Amino acid sequence: MYPEYMRESIKKVEQTRQKRLELAKSGKEVYPPMNAKEREEVLYKFHPDYREGARRVVRVGPNKGESLTTEVADLLEAHSRIKPELFDLTNPDYETDLLIIGGGGAGCAAALTAIEEGVNVIIVTKLRLGDANSMMSQGGMQAAVNPNDSPTIHYLDAIGGGHFDNKPELVKALVIDAPEVVKWLEELGVMWDKLPDGSLQTIHGGGTSRRRMLSCRDYTGAAIMRTLMDEVRNHPDKIKVIEFNPAIELIMDDKGQCAGAVIYNLETEEYSTIKAKATIIATGGFGRLHIRGFDTTNHYGATADGVVIAYRAGAKLLYMDSVQYHPTGAVFPEQIAGFLVTEKIRGAGGQPVNKDGELFVFPREPRDVESAAIIRECVERKKGVVTPSGRVGVWLDSPLIDMIHGEGFIKKQFPAMYRQFYRYGIDITKEPILVYPSLHYQNGGVEINEKCETNIPGLYVAGEASGGVHGRNRLMGNSVLDYNVFGRRAGRYAAEYAKKVKLGKLTLEHVKKYEKELEEAGIKTNRISPILLPLYTPEEVRKRQLTAHYEGTLR
Amino acid sequence: MEVKREMVTIYIMGKAYKVPADATIMGALEYAGYQLKRGAGCREGFCGACATVYRLPKDYKLYTGLACSTLVKDGMYLTQIPFVPADKPVYDINKLEPTVVTFQKIYPEVFRCVACNTCTKACPQDLEVMDYIQAIIRGDIAKAADLSFDCICCGLCAIRCPAEIVQYNVGLLARRLYGKYLNSKSKQLDKRIEEIKQGKFDEEISKLMKMSRDELQKKYYERDLEAQVGD
Repeated sequence: MYPEYMRESIKKVEQTRQKRLELAKSGKEVYPPMNAKEREEVLYKFHPDYREGARRVVRVGPNKGESLTTEVADLLEAHSRIKPELFDLTNPDYETDLLIIGGGGAGCAAALTAIEEGVNVIIVTKLRLGDANSMMSQGGMQAAVNPNDSPTIHYLDAIGGGHFDNKPELVKALVIDAPEVVKWLEELGVMWDKLPDGSLQTIHGGGTSRRRMLSCRDYTGAAIMRTLMDEVRNHPDKIKVIEFNPAIELIMDDKGQCAGAVIYNLETEEYSTIKAKATIIATGGFGRLHIRGFDTTNHYGATADGVVIAYRAGAKLLYMDSVQYHPTGAVFPEQIAGFLVTEKIRGAGGQPVNKDGELFVFPREPRDVESAAIIRECVERKKGVVTPSGRVGVWLDSPLIDMIHGEGFIKKQFPAMYRQFYRYGIDITKEPILVYPSLHYQNGGVEINEKCETNIPGLYVAGEASGGVHGRNRLMGNSVLDYNVFGRRAGRYAAEYAKKVKLGKLTLEHVKKYEKELEEAGIKTNRISPILLPLYTPEEVRKRQLTAHYEGTLR
Repeated sequence: MEVKREMVTIYIMGKAYKVPADATIMGALEYAGYQLKRGAGCREGFCGACATVYRLPKDYKLYTGLACSTLVKDGMYLTQIPFVPADKPVYDINKLEPTVVTFQKIYPEVFRCVACNTCTKACPQDLEVMDYIQAIIRGDIAKAADLSFDCICCGLCAIRCPAEIVQYNVGLLARRLYGKYLNSKSKQLDKRIEEIKQGKFDEEISKLMKMSRDELQKKYYERDLEAQVGD
């Protein structure tokens, strides 16, 4: 329930609503979209990536000398969790054709595609199968299926949204595979939102020039992820799933090929080794690093593990200086601060307005631009609403949606959002939502090509852990698409490779080498990585955790 | 600025801890010093990792909730149920028919439902769980798929069910059958896939791929935008 003083501001939103509704219905843009110069200016002045201290030069590894997101550079300039000499690699605990690290959308799509090529697969995952950002995406997946749309237009939208930094061959793969992915998922049993005539329901997203967003209500990710998981579990003879066992280093062979990974049992604190002819990293992103102190929309396990272990083995990163803040994270109530408020709300006609009920930005700018504009409205123009705990945000006028599409639309199309706020006494069909940007997506990652190959033979990367598909800013609905397109590609190409490759002698020499590089760069730190889980224990408790010789390795 | 927070006492698996009164159960567990490995996932109500059961003082009822989105109450005693043992039958979705017969074969225990509605009462998503189980018994797969759509597979229904049905798996099968066999099909989708196979867009895209940054930028900002609302 909103406190009284916030209701005063809501009244102003209500006063301007009718006029804004007429504008929305007119078919004209409700606010002028920014041109290239305006975009650049608002980004430079207000996007968190451009703030002082947001980036720093990394001093070791393949991207040495390059400026990266500070929290990422910290993670890369850290020690391994293990001493390589303690591992006997002549006798691995598991052997497989294909090892997939990460049990989210990309990992499961890769596994299902790989087994069609006749290889055996092990999926290792830090938490449960399906514990991933893939499960949490709400709004939808882009695919150019409408007659007035085409993969070409999708290409232009995606590369413009990414500030033309995207790797062209990756964007092509993304848009060309999209319709086939829709079909593949439907044949696995995903329930796409359909119109009565059987055609796919499509709406806009930020930065789309055509209505291209397909959805499964606002549980799109959950609907797809659960279907993929269920299908993975229908093949226990070909796909072995090992849960609560994150990979904490890659294993190489003496020919410089990737040859598996060391995994760590979170519960028994044992390490095991897996020998694999090919390896796919599908570990997702880094929201739980809480970059620049931001709240995040991300899953508990999003700590960039895959990027860290790939980097230590020599994989080149791309655009790891670029962070996506989702324009609309929840700000009130306090308990859900940072939670995702789906972009589908704006896609369906919801408008961001300031404390006086005024529109101040085109509602569907690409995410980085929209976020920067919201920050500007709050920070520079002081037109935000301050919550009792001191947070600030602008209104996302959700009641407009039912006024545009008819009563009941929100409850049918946004059950998750409706439920989320209703639990706290806020009815989003009648009251607006208070929002502010929230840490959402790792734009960059390990550089791949259209076969998901990296610069290390035998190492493939797919999904959020990869870099290049989205340039420096991803559009809504292109990540669900990404993990399906590139998950499937990784599965196919890694399987083909696994059938041909001859592995040499297994080694963890690269871990020793990296350690030496840290030392030579004069980096003295007690940081270890990957961190695996964020630490939310309060300071007061930590002060009393005084075990002198902690034997475990999680803390 | 440190604001004095109102505190309450809760009992985590029987042990008393003072935690902020406005905390979620998950927030309270972490405030107390637990580092969660199981029992935490998306933390936003989508993944079903944090099923929790609790009782309140002088109240006989056993309550259920998600730790990520249920607020603590003074005197609450709770435990998480981070895992629900349940058989997951293996099937080939391509060989199933979207009828009641499939459920008779794969999930025969569905027909033991005594319509007690305990599953519905246990659901933290407030779904009509019993109604979708009953819909399956009637052979109404579409209804079951619709009613179970928002299921997050936390498993609280299954641990409360006296007939030992694993409702969330049953619902998932209903949705997969509906999505694959019963949902209406898009002709336009098939047409588009065919166009792509024929290479209809290859030349256009190749042209874009070869463009300089400036040319691309010009083309991008000149592109026309389809209206928000329309047919």
